[in-house]
Amino acid sequence: MLRPSVLGMSDAIVVEGLVKRYGGTTALDGVDLTAAEGSVLGLLGPNGAGKTTVVRILTTLLKADAGRAEVLGLDVVRDGDAVRASIGLTGQYAAVDEYLTGVENLEMVGRLYRLGRRQARARAGELLERFDLAGAADRPAKTYSGGMRRRLDIAASLIARPRVLFLDEPTTGLDPRSRLGMWEFIADLADGGTTILLTTQYLEEADRLADRMVVIDHGQVIARGTADELKAQVGGQRLEFTVTTAAVLPDIAARLRGLAVDEPQVDEQARRLTLPVSGGAEILAEALQRLDGYTAEIFDVGLRRPDLDDVFLALTGHAAEAAATDDDPRTEPAVTGGVR
Amino acid sequence: MSSLAATLSDSAVITKRNLIKVKRVPDLIVFATLSPIMFVLLFRYVFGGSIQVPGDISYAEFLLPGIFAQTVVFGSTVTGASIAEDLQKGLIDRFRSLPMSRSAVLIGRTIADAGLNIISIAVMALTGLAVGWRIHTSVGEAVGGFLILLLFAFAISWLMALVGLLVRTPEVVNNASFIVIFPLTFVANTFVPLETFPSVLRTFAEWNPVSSVVQSARELFGNTVPGAPTSDAWSLQHPVLYTLLWVVIILAVFVPLSVRAYRGTASR
Repeated sequence: MLRPSVLGMSDAIVVEGLVKRYGGTTALDGVDLTAAEGSVLGLLGPNGAGKTTVVRILTTLLKADAGRAEVLGLDVVRDGDAVRASIGLTGQYAAVDEYLTGVENLEMVGRLYRLGRRQARARAGELLERFDLAGAADRPAKTYSGGMRRRLDIAASLIARPRVLFLDEPTTGLDPRSRLGMWEFIADLADGGTTILLTTQYLEEADRLADRMVVIDHGQVIARGTADELKAQVGGQRLEFTVTTAAVLPDIAARLRGLAVDEPQVDEQARRLTLPVSGGAEILAEALQRLDGYTAEIFDVGLRRPDLDDVFLALTGHAAEAAATDDDPRTEPAVTGGVR
Repeated sequence: MSSLAATLSDSAVITKRNLIKVKRVPDLIVFATLSPIMFVLLFRYVFGGSIQVPGDISYAEFLLPGIFAQTVVFGSTVTGASIAEDLQKGLIDRFRSLPMSRSAVLIGRTIADAGLNIISIAVMALTGLAVGWRIHTSVGEAVGGFLILLLFAFAISWLMALVGLLVRTPEVVNNASFIVIFPLTFVANTFVPLETFPSVLRTFAEWNPVSSVVQSARELFGNTVPGAPTSDAWSLQHPVLYTLLWVVIILAVFVPLSVRAYRGTASR
């Protein structure tokens, strides 16, 4: 879904050889990436990969130990003020003042972006309307739901019509309905020509919104390209079985040994077995033949092209949301869980 | 916009934001007013009977300037806790990503907290008048007395701002500052005359800036008795000058340190 505006434009974000260390831990180990003006770049990676660190350096919150970062041709260290005047940031936590009403929050940020009083007020009204918050405009943000706070947060970052927008995990913690709504807002913004750098752990989100993706893990870029390019890189097909009880999974896996071209993946929670295979229907037929006698336990069988979850697994050796460490290397490792 | 005008305009925006919170969170007003009222009443009626004050004045007259000082110094810990809270909630990240002045968040904070202190002092003064405290000096001197209290608290606010930026958890800021501020406000002439202190403690109390703030306020409100015994220490012979010296030194050290810490900080 490359947008036409992407072609032939200059880069709005340029990052070269970015290194950031916290004490003995290396959070970023030489990251390079670019985003064309008007495009959406998806920055993907598990927790602790370094996504937030990249965003913090680009938004002037953090100084890199080495490397170069430019936004709209401006160096984030030397021209910090000019960079701040042309970007918007929505961090991982909805940074709204919960004691202020929706409209007061937006007016405050507008004034701090140096908009005039009247201009800030008009723009606040416009954004509240657009983000479905007009009805709650005069209520303190404390009373807002998680989704509403997130929308208010994004509205605040848009108040001065930034040319480049940084969205750090904009849908983490949102229910599925709010997430879909957020995707529509982000897609609208991108269609309006805003350059967006979006970090996410949700591959589906990147697939939906990003023109190009950069996958990082342990502070290094491990893949880049469009979603289709990444999927092609993994190649082959996926043979997937869902069973009625997880207890039979090891047995099924044993019977299918030899069919997979790579390590099969067992997800006990989802009662699912996934095998990377190189053939098509004949493999499926062969598999079903081998599983004769298990028909009662097999709930669903399918052959599909690899999706971004498979890409992630192949690239990083672990599933997307089964994080190894938290984004901040100083905190304890996050609890790991299943793929979905 | 020139950078000074920009700083002033941004600071006004942040001050307004902080004052809106005071209006919407009644707890803050309660904390700022009820506990001083309680202190006035407790000391006046519980301890007052057994505390001998120099010369021929009532304990209420002696007490009120001390309570004023103690309350505004405690009030300035709000600065540290609020900044730690803003850091925790990601608001400081947002402010730091905006093209705003790099000192406005701290200026707006300390000014709003001075506003809160004005409310506290007003409530305490009314309570004081009800229990027998009086101002015996001119309006100018009385205003001077209130100003020196607020000025000292404003300086402490900047110190607390740095604590908030470094400690980062509101609860820890509160606990840490109480450990320092309790002895600082009690080992002073706040509630009892210095003459009752053992010698080492007495020297500390004489040079404790809280004592000079209290002494300044007593003199400017006329709550001292001429000829009554008072300390020979230079700090208490020239309390206003000594207090202003402290204010200048605290601001000269902690304004730059706090602004620097703010520029380098980010929530985790």
